[in-house]
Amino acid sequence: MTALLEVRDLVKTFGMGEAATRVLHGLTLTMEAGELAALLGPSGSGKSTLLTILGTLMHPTSGSHTMLGLDLTTASDSALTEFRNLHIGFVFQFHNLLPDFTALENVCFPTAVREGRETTAARTRGQELLVRMGLADRVHFPTANLSGGQKQRVAVARALMNRPELVLADEPTGNLDRASASQVMDLIAEINHDEGTTFLISTHDEKIAALCRRQIVVGDGIVTG
Amino acid sequence: MLYALKIATRYLTASKAQTALLVFGVAIGVFIFIFMSALIGGLAEFIMMRTAGDMAHITIQAEAVDPALLQPNTGRTVLLVQEPTTQTTAILKDTAAFLPLIEALPGVTGTSQQINGSGFLTRGVQVTQVSINGLEPGHESVIVNLASYITEGTANLGAGGVLVGKTLAEDMDLSLGQTVRLQSAQAIDAALTITGIYEIGSGGPDRRQAYVSLATARTLFALPQGVTRIEIKLADLYTADALAPRIMALTGLDAKSWTEQAAQLLEALQAQAQTGFILKAFALLTIIIGVASALLLSTYRRRPEIGIMRAMGAGRWFVMVVFVSQGALIGLMGGLFGAAAGYGVLLAFPSRVSFGPGQSGLPIDIRQGAYGLAIWLTTLGAILASILPARAAARLDPVTAIGQ
Ligand SMILES: Nc1ncnc2c1ncn2[C@@H]1O[C@H](COP(=O)(O)OP(=O)(O)O)[C@@H](O)[C@H]1O
Ligand SMILES: [Mg+2]
Repeated sequence: MTALLEVRDLVKTFGMGEAATRVLHGLTLTMEAGELAALLGPSGSGKSTLLTILGTLMHPTSGSHTMLGLDLTTASDSALTEFRNLHIGFVFQFHNLLPDFTALENVCFPTAVREGRETTAARTRGQELLVRMGLADRVHFPTANLSGGQKQRVAVARALMNRPELVLADEPTGNLDRASASQVMDLIAEINHDEGTTFLISTHDEKIAALCRRQIVVGDGIVTG
Repeated sequence: MLYALKIATRYLTASKAQTALLVFGVAIGVFIFIFMSALIGGLAEFIMMRTAGDMAHITIQAEAVDPALLQPNTGRTVLLVQEPTTQTTAILKDTAAFLPLIEALPGVTGTSQQINGSGFLTRGVQVTQVSINGLEPGHESVIVNLASYITEGTANLGAGGVLVGKTLAEDMDLSLGQTVRLQSAQAIDAALTITGIYEIGSGGPDRRQAYVSLATARTLFALPQGVTRIEIKLADLYTADALAPRIMALTGLDAKSWTEQAAQLLEALQAQAQTGFILKAFALLTIIIGVASALLLSTYRRRPEIGIMRAMGAGRWFVMVVFVSQGALIGLMGGLFGAAAGYGVLLAFPSRVSFGPGQSGLPIDIRQGAYGLAIWLTTLGAILASILPARAAARLDPVTAIGQ
């Protein structure tokens, strides 16, 4: 089985001169398709930075980044935008949803932005995903009226909308109570099992990490475990 | 495109009060634009009608011909004495031959043959110097619309009739039906009956003018044939500059456009139009600055959302269209509301046509509101105004925008 993604000798330095902070010190990581992996490490260890680079939202200072056999290290902004849209889903900790749109509209966004409009097919799939996330009665809710746990489940549904190979989740449960957190994690595990979607979930919650089949530990800007 | 428009619309409806305020601001700018257009246009037309409207658009004046001199042998100085009584008034002859040619020209709406000169109006012991205008009966209102200025009697000039201005009538205590004596500079006089009194509203004609029939003028100025002046009225007074040379070529006569004499008026109108233009430009500038700053604020407020959209695969172009569409919609709505409000308010003003000389207020022309132009320019301006904020939004780094 070939690797879904591979990063080699990733270095990321923020700022220049004396203010320069080196966050990643030559990090190397390979993930296979279908993995359910937790990204662990103390706060400030570079988890978010790594996820951002893997999500093609940021270029590394040096090192290589390939996914699905494509070299993404030097790809153009528009090429990366399209790649992201088709192959990567995101779940963030805060500011996840578009506040002026309904749950369904948020879920449909990745497809609609590519197709130029919200098609019936997209709406049907969006609705199915929301039902799957246990939000059948919240489909047309403005996202501002949803609870934290519901918001994160909408975000998971949206991340899955375009059937991406990889979903990157940056502390998706960091803001949730234990019950909501495990509900979200259960759904992620279920999707991973049923669809084979690869998940990389950053967290510093050991219980959450325990639900994942692989644990990747980051420390001093490299993978330590 | 359609989807970007949906998002733009949602953003605008999400903050209703803010959008309403913005649209209101734009509408005020549009209102000012429209009001200025209607006012400047109405004013110009009013001034034109009051002055150029009552004036000949093209004038053919007989050229004074100096009597031929027999040149003496060289080296001698000649003293020339001209006897006033032998001075011949310059006249245009054979008008019947060329007048039909002029009248057949496209754009010519009327011609007026005149014999003009100066003289004295006498009643009892009162004498006033007047300029005498001899007009063809039936053509009295071709140049100055005398019929519309008549306050008493009629504008129709009969053989023994004379029309005088209201001020002159008041000064000399004249009334309709009275007989006055009119004497020309050639010392020929005629007893005439006042058949009409007019009020044009400007000093000169109301105070020092007497209209008589062409036949009476012939007697007064001892001109058995020809006329001293031909005045021509055009459908569009701005074609005078083009038509005058044509008439000159056609007739060989010295035809002059009104613009030669009315340079000051034209300059004044131009200055007025420029003032209007500047005011309108400022109204547009205000709209552009208002829309630009509001959208800049909006892009700042929506930074995290822009970041999320970019992460979900929205391209820079898409973000750009979302914000430019907001500008376009604000401009269009403000334009429509402003135009509607402008039209509504202008309706309350007396129409330009009914606006009279003595009336207070403004000679606003509701037809010159330039509504379409206002809406179009505003939308265009708002789109231009939104380009800068939209570019800023499109160039946001998604990572810092999301700010996790
Ligand atoms: N844009 C940035 N500019 C400067 N420093 C940054 C930037 N982003 C992250 N950092 C720094 O990089 C380090 C790692 O941050 P992050 O990747 O967010 O860690 P984690 O997600 O593991 O808490 C932190 O010290 C943080 O201050
Ligand atoms: Mg982090």
